[in-house]
Amino acid sequence: MAAVATCDSVAGSTGSAVATASKRNVTSFQKRGPRASGTNDSGPRLVSIAGTRPSVRNGQLLVSTGLPALDQLLGGGLAVGTVLLIEEDKYNIYSPLLFKYFLAEGIVNGHTLLVASAKEDPANILQELPAPLLDDKCKKEFDEDVYNHKTPESNIKMKIAWRYQLLPKMEQIGPVSSSRFGHYYDASKRMPQELIEASNWHGFFLPEKISSTLKVEPCSLTPGYTKLLQFIQNIIYEEGFDGSNPQKKQRNILRIGIQNLGSPLWGDDICCAENGGNSHSLTKFLYVLRGLLRTSLSACIITMPTHLIQNKAIIARVTNLSDIVVGLESFIGSERETNPLYKDYHGLIHIRQIPRLNNLICDESDVKDLAFKLKRKLFTIERLHLPPDLSDTVSRSSKMDLAESAKRLGPGCGMMAGGKKHLDF
Amino acid sequence: MFVELNNLLNTTPDRAEQGKLTLLCDAKTDGSFLVHHFLSFYLKANCKVCFVALIQSFSHYSIVGQKLGVSLTMARERGQLVFLEGLKSAVDVVFQAQKEPQPLQFLREANAGNLKPLFEFVREALKPVDSGEARWTYPVLLVDDLSVLLSLGMGAVAVLDFIHYCRATVCWELKGNMVVLVHDSGDAEDEENDILLNGLSHQSHLILRAEGLATGFCRDVHGQLRILWRRPSQSTAQRDQSFTYQYKIQDKSVSFFAKGMSPAVL
Repeated sequence: MAAVATCDSVAGSTGSAVATASKRNVTSFQKRGPRASGTNDSGPRLVSIAGTRPSVRNGQLLVSTGLPALDQLLGGGLAVGTVLLIEEDKYNIYSPLLFKYFLAEGIVNGHTLLVASAKEDPANILQELPAPLLDDKCKKEFDEDVYNHKTPESNIKMKIAWRYQLLPKMEQIGPVSSSRFGHYYDASKRMPQELIEASNWHGFFLPEKISSTLKVEPCSLTPGYTKLLQFIQNIIYEEGFDGSNPQKKQRNILRIGIQNLGSPLWGDDICCAENGGNSHSLTKFLYVLRGLLRTSLSACIITMPTHLIQNKAIIARVTNLSDIVVGLESFIGSERETNPLYKDYHGLIHIRQIPRLNNLICDESDVKDLAFKLKRKLFTIERLHLPPDLSDTVSRSSKMDLAESAKRLGPGCGMMAGGKKHLDF
Repeated sequence: MFVELNNLLNTTPDRAEQGKLTLLCDAKTDGSFLVHHFLSFYLKANCKVCFVALIQSFSHYSIVGQKLGVSLTMARERGQLVFLEGLKSAVDVVFQAQKEPQPLQFLREANAGNLKPLFEFVREALKPVDSGEARWTYPVLLVDDLSVLLSLGMGAVAVLDFIHYCRATVCWELKGNMVVLVHDSGDAEDEENDILLNGLSHQSHLILRAEGLATGFCRDVHGQLRILWRRPSQSTAQRDQSFTYQYKIQDKSVSFFAKGMSPAVL
């Protein structure tokens, strides 16, 4: 029941007018699991697509984001039919990495890619994808790289600092050893050319498309967004991701990547003016995109420079219209770069929102203080630790600085007001 | 339908009040469990329900409804539930020119004026069928959620007008109920949303406000629910009753307890 319910838990009835709910045997989006009559079929027809797995909580079909550590934090992966919004860091250094990991995962799994950008040609983006670590030999190298700090023996009971016995042993969110769901990538090497050429991808480069004469439907979105929506809808319809071509045997996932959405390069002025004329363009775009995704086998990653958006209300609306929202905050250029608290890390990662799909609850991770670092080969996400205070002069002012920085961390997904005054003790 | 919430609100599906507007509000947390509660509550109360679902797909509500004991597909088939799936309708409106006016027609227009087509849809869905026998008890309109209409370009005044028209038809004329969900943006300075929320707060009879905890994330207490009963038409000589409970959402139910009395702490 689990795996099949995944397909229709997201897709439901298909978007096209052809396959209606009455034609139950045409597409694979058939509702099999919870049936009112309660009859038991010979067994659910498992729809197994490469690179996906059903969620353990509700059978939702999940794809990997390209970072197994991030998958674990998001409750197993990115659900098919949803949007992962990445709030870019200030100088846009680390968010393209997450973007590329997502696309690289698609190539390794054989998914179809749709890359949209207003800044870079999608062909160039694909050339810069990181190479996958597929060999076992490479995995051994990677293991040494990851575990180069000593992990405490698990069966030694602590005598002095016995409270720490209760903390989870693996502070670092380690590799998923069991399945080949998520892959590891070497950020220092490029994806082999033959893998890129073997993959099926579509590119949307705004300066090229904006001059071509596509039939423009009257809509109040900015022309760039309108063209992009039409492009996405065309691909979904023509390649049958919404179940409109039932003769296609092999189901596949469409991975959509949109870079720097909302930036002025897309023709949107929310980053320039506080109350521009197009203030609803982006939210309308996200809404229609959500509608397209929910009725197709696709997953989308969007990076957005939210730190540039002048009107804070738009950020709140964008968050409500996206499913998963992850914020990156890099330390470059800020006063935290020299703060000894953060010397091992390159930035903080905030999981701002996780969706509750087909469920009343969601898999929120307990760890709210997360930091990332870009090592020579790998991008890792770890729980943030306060380093021990080993300075000779344990002055009051340095303690206040550390405490002040620590308070600004992880308010968590469900916080009401600034928790500062409630936690002052 | 959460039995504990019914006890707190002092209602059961058999003897619920009619002609009331209930406002659901969430601040810094997800209040959609309240929408699922009211959807299953009114379906069990044998009401005719018109659900304007703008933010999630039909299968999402259907699967959660199964956990709460109602089958949305069966309710839709026998005519008890009229479901407007906003996402699907929006895709149809934007990509294909439709001949007759659609409920979400404003998506095609540059300067959307009002939500009249949406109101026509609701009125058409809930109008009493003159088949002689009374199959359903009273009509109910559920909207999830109104803040999305602001994101789609409607002004707060247009949305308030829409609610006013619906209230006149559903609550006063047809003696039914209305339940709407609005997000509270808190410190995000969303003026339009604040206007909408304040306007609705003054019109509603019951306000359920789900808030995250002020001290941050907690595994055992997911948030705080404030229940406020109001009498908008009468003068406020009597003070409005207000209760606060904390809750924890489980797989198929929600447990409520007094502040600080979480079973994890005791």
